[in-house]
Amino acid sequence: MNVVSARSLDLTFRTGDGPVHALKDIELDIAPGEFVSFIGPSGCGKTTFLRCVAGLEAPTGGTLTVNGMTPDEARRARAYGYVFQAAGLYPWRTIGGNIRLPLEIMGFPEAEKKRRVAETLALVDLDGFEKKFPWQLSGGMQQRASIARALAFDADLLLMDEPFGALDEIVRDRLNEELLALWARTGKTMLFVTHSIPEAVYLSTKIVVMSPRPGRISDVIDSPLPKERPLDIRDSAEFIAIAHRVREGLRAGMEAA
Amino acid sequence: MTDAPLSAPQAGVGRSGRVALRLRAVSGTVIPVLAVIAALVGLWYLACIPMNAQQSVLLAERGGAEVSPATASERRDVGGIALSLRNPDPALALAFGQDRPVLPAPHQVAAELWGSTVGLRVTSKRSLVFHGWITLSATLAGFAVGTGLGILLAVGIVHSRVMDMSVMPWAIVSQTIPIIAIAPMIIVVLYSIGVQGLVPKAVISAYLSFFPVVVGMVKGLRSPDAMQLDLLRTYGASGAQTFWRLRLPASLPYLFASLKIGVAASLIGAIVGELPTGAVRGLGARLLAGSYYGQTVQIWSALFAAAILAALLVAIISGVERVLLRRMGLMR
Repeated sequence: MNVVSARSLDLTFRTGDGPVHALKDIELDIAPGEFVSFIGPSGCGKTTFLRCVAGLEAPTGGTLTVNGMTPDEARRARAYGYVFQAAGLYPWRTIGGNIRLPLEIMGFPEAEKKRRVAETLALVDLDGFEKKFPWQLSGGMQQRASIARALAFDADLLLMDEPFGALDEIVRDRLNEELLALWARTGKTMLFVTHSIPEAVYLSTKIVVMSPRPGRISDVIDSPLPKERPLDIRDSAEFIAIAHRVREGLRAGMEAA
Repeated sequence: MTDAPLSAPQAGVGRSGRVALRLRAVSGTVIPVLAVIAALVGLWYLACIPMNAQQSVLLAERGGAEVSPATASERRDVGGIALSLRNPDPALALAFGQDRPVLPAPHQVAAELWGSTVGLRVTSKRSLVFHGWITLSATLAGFAVGTGLGILLAVGIVHSRVMDMSVMPWAIVSQTIPIIAIAPMIIVVLYSIGVQGLVPKAVISAYLSFFPVVVGMVKGLRSPDAMQLDLLRTYGASGAQTFWRLRLPASLPYLFASLKIGVAASLIGAIVGELPTGAVRGLGARLLAGSYYGQTVQIWSALFAAAILAALLVAIISGVERVLLRRMGLMR
């Protein structure tokens, strides 16, 4: 069964300046364990689609299922973890306290909370920072903590909305590598929004190229790259060929708009 | 020149660098602060001369001195500054020690303040500690009620659009009515149903202090941004969970700012509540009695007692704020 399945999905926002067609005719299937990147210029609806999957926006047409349920049911069944653009850690909670937050809300028993906080901290390489407050951490470490927070309750689906967009290139490369390792270890399904072509190609098994006005899918690329990806794979001919195809897709989408 | 030249061995040695730095830091703030206070006190003393000139010249005249103009009726329409300039000696000599000056000198107020706090048993009817406690108890009761009410209203306003549109305008209107106009009515109405003493004053106190708390808490409870609220939605969090885990902690810095305004307003409310009844106890009663009998020194010392009390209350809230926010990691 597909983790995410969209059939002629449509979403129109009513705004003060008239309707905005944010998503048009989205057809997409995502299988378990895939790493899917959504790439496109701003206004192409990539974040909106992710929010639809999360049940934070309601589509105005078509069908969308998450684990065979409606997005709202999936949200209430805590089917996914969501990582936002900004880390958004609560400043009054320690790193450990922030990771406990979803566990508290979902009512995990005390011992289980403790175990999961320690586990996820180790998973994102932040052991020893449990008692620190967010302001004591760098931006990259804060974003790692927010990933840990999304992983804490062990949902099979991870939705990430430009999580590394605000970080510098060097930190970003490292976190990309770590994210791949994490994905390999946990086997989760990843939906990853980005506007960086190298990031999308490096991370994904499937790249969804989107274009704006109205937001739609202009190309879906299944990556032939192996699962094992050192950073220097970005210099390989295959990598460059995929990046080229993504760029072409983006350009075609812009011209059509 | 007896000082050793700077190039001599051991020149400039004597204080370790750290001590010198700390001294410089302290003198960097202490000296300007003291200078401002000294300037204010100096200005006050200066103002005493023309303000008390009529009385000074009268005293000099009674003492047989030559003054100009020579009689009280001629002097009546002469301004304080002109009178001081024409009679500089008595104006300067007699301005700071009068029994009932128009403007008492700082040392007179300080002496009265000291005498009526430290110098008297606290149970004495003239003790400012006694009167201060009467006012303070009404202030604290009103502040507690006002704060509680303010928080409850803010929670309602944030969670219910109906309350937002129906309560908030009334809260604002309530603060546009001068307290001096509504205080007597509150006291009369409560007296007619047999309530007097602390309660009416506390009601006025609460009436003044709930408003800043409402405004601050509404702002604070609404301070979490869309992303933080979305995050909790992705967890399927309930409204109560969102309130206790996000909105309430996020509102605390706003609450403390409001509490500081609220507690000062509470004290004003309690004092105003003591004025219209002709109350015999409390700082307000001291102010009133002082003005009946022309006891300006008593009025000023009661005023200062109220100011010191307000400063203490605000300082206590600041202290609690610092400890709590630091423990919460909200203050570095």
